[in-house]
Amino acid sequence: MHILKLIFKNAFRHKLRTFLTIAGITIAILAFGLLRTVINAWYAGVEASAANRLVTRNSISLIFPLPISYKDKIRQIEGVTNVSYGNWFGGIYIDEKNFFANFAVEPESYLKLYPEYVLPPDQKAAFLRDRKGFFAGRKLAEKYKWKLGDTVVLKGTIFPGEWDFVLRAIYKGRDKNIDETQFIFHWDYLNETMKKTAPLRADQVGFYMISVKDPALAADVSVAVDKTFKNSLAETLTETEKAFQMGFISMSEAIVVAIRMVSFVVIIIIMAVMANTMAMSTRERFAEYAVLKTLGFGGTYIAGLIFGESLFITTAGCVTGTILTFPAAKAFGDAMSQFFPIFNVSVNTIYMDAAASVVVGVVSAIIPAYRAVSIRIADGLRRIG
Amino acid sequence: MEKQPIVEIKNLYKSYRRAGQEIPVLQDINLDIAESEFLALMGPSGSGKSTLLNLIAGIDKADSGLIKVVGTDITSLSETELAHWRATNVGFIFQFYNLIPVLTAFENVELPLLLTGLSGKERRGHVETAMSVVNLSDRMDHYPGQLSGGQQQRVAIARAVVTDPTIIVADEPTGDLDRVSAEDILELMERLVHELGKTIVMVTHDPRAAGKAHIIRNLDKGVLNAYPQTHI
Ligand SMILES: Nc1ncnc2c1ncn2[C@@H]1O[C@H](COP(=O)(O)OP(=O)(O)OP(=O)(O)O)[C@@H](O)[C@H]1O
Ligand SMILES: [Mg+2]
Repeated sequence: MHILKLIFKNAFRHKLRTFLTIAGITIAILAFGLLRTVINAWYAGVEASAANRLVTRNSISLIFPLPISYKDKIRQIEGVTNVSYGNWFGGIYIDEKNFFANFAVEPESYLKLYPEYVLPPDQKAAFLRDRKGFFAGRKLAEKYKWKLGDTVVLKGTIFPGEWDFVLRAIYKGRDKNIDETQFIFHWDYLNETMKKTAPLRADQVGFYMISVKDPALAADVSVAVDKTFKNSLAETLTETEKAFQMGFISMSEAIVVAIRMVSFVVIIIIMAVMANTMAMSTRERFAEYAVLKTLGFGGTYIAGLIFGESLFITTAGCVTGTILTFPAAKAFGDAMSQFFPIFNVSVNTIYMDAAASVVVGVVSAIIPAYRAVSIRIADGLRRIG
Repeated sequence: MEKQPIVEIKNLYKSYRRAGQEIPVLQDINLDIAESEFLALMGPSGSGKSTLLNLIAGIDKADSGLIKVVGTDITSLSETELAHWRATNVGFIFQFYNLIPVLTAFENVELPLLLTGLSGKERRGHVETAMSVVNLSDRMDHYPGQLSGGQQQRVAIARAVVTDPTIIVADEPTGDLDRVSAEDILELMERLVHELGKTIVMVTHDPRAAGKAHIIRNLDKGVLNAYPQTHI
């Protein structure tokens, strides 16, 4: 009880120094938390992917299509429970700046495959009924203030022309990590238009989405799918949804590594600042430690004072930094929503914050505590005046 | 009747190693101090007074020789045993008071009691008694920075006596005080000897301070001279 009081009083001996150090730790923890959240956002697609889903694409590259006729062959493969298909549409809404993901998919099978997109039943029915209908994520609809029944025009890039769609449903993510910024419409609408304008490109799909009975079957089914289309005109590459998502990220892996490194550098810098603060504070108090020892207090008590003070300061900084991370992440996520549709501070990040502050607190106190504990009383007393 | 010595020092040697060289600080010290004695150690700067005091108080280690204090040969104690021994047997008064600036007078005096098993209430009683001995009952909640030098030294004396130690060591307790405050402190120390029966070993440069002691011993270049034991 008494030692806590002394730790607390010691910590606020130099109010400005302590305040600045706490502010520094707050900012470092805030920066650390945001950087970790950016990394998480990067992997949001990977995290949200289901273990029982596979994606089949053209083995040459994602930009080469596959015939629609593969659908029935895939469905017959042992272990496959459901097949859907779609095309990346790549349409632009008014301006290129307004980027969001938009796909043409076979809607009924797609919604069965992706139960994480939750549509109100009446809206879902309205969407399925309307060939030109689309459904959008809650965040996307909010951002552009679309209401049910609104017509939205996308300018095609891969599929030329002006395409108009009617908003029929707005989905919510089942979990926090579900992207709520997607734009999904009927593949039939795309295909029928292509039949008229570019018949050679009709009846082609960009990718198949497959669900398997059991995640354990994923590898076998992948092999079976690719074997089925071996030596055909369009050979396939089937991988888990996770691996498929990973494929997008691996292109930018270097950036993630850089961000991760910066996040640790921030902690190392604040460790240096904190160690300096502790070294200054304890150096001024060597005589006091010597007095405490003279009175009979042991090394554990002295070390307890120093570690306690260090941890008190880092914890104060960590708590404020962590609390501030939430509004900061919200503001950052809103501003960057088109790059990071999912921008949530994860529980893991909070643990990392806490761990970082404990490490900083402990490491900063080691040398000062060692010095204070090992100094001879007579030498410590000599330092007065 | 001859009193039993409370401090018994025999053939004590102490040296420091500096730049690979042995520098003798205390050489063949022999000294007995009787109970309820007030002894002043004098001598030129660097003669080893503080070193000898620290050895008696168990905060430094001798090279060889015997130091028996209150019946214990403290040269044979481990660091931890010494710390425990100091806490129960020795009270300390320093030149610069050495109070903890963030603790009130009360809390400073209470510090040594935290190592005892006393309850909060018992500690309060002891602190109040010690503070009344030094006549500072009205300054319990003052911080050292709010007290004069003389008052701080009185708080330090309260801290030194609060555990009721047998022996009190004081290293130039009046060295940083004006004459009036110094008189005050010395008077207080005399009272500790006469009224409470404490044994005091005091290092001082001030002949006036030494004059209050029963015995004055002189250290010169690490040798305790055969100064006639001046009983006053
Ligand atoms: N830690 C140490 N390392 C090396 N030499 C030391 C150390 N402590 C003391 N000495 C030396 O031991 C000698 C005696 O020191 P001490 O402090 O006992 O003297 P003193 O008589 O108390 O002097 P003063 O009156 O100035 O306080 C001095 O020469 C001093 O330089
Ligand atoms: Mg000295």
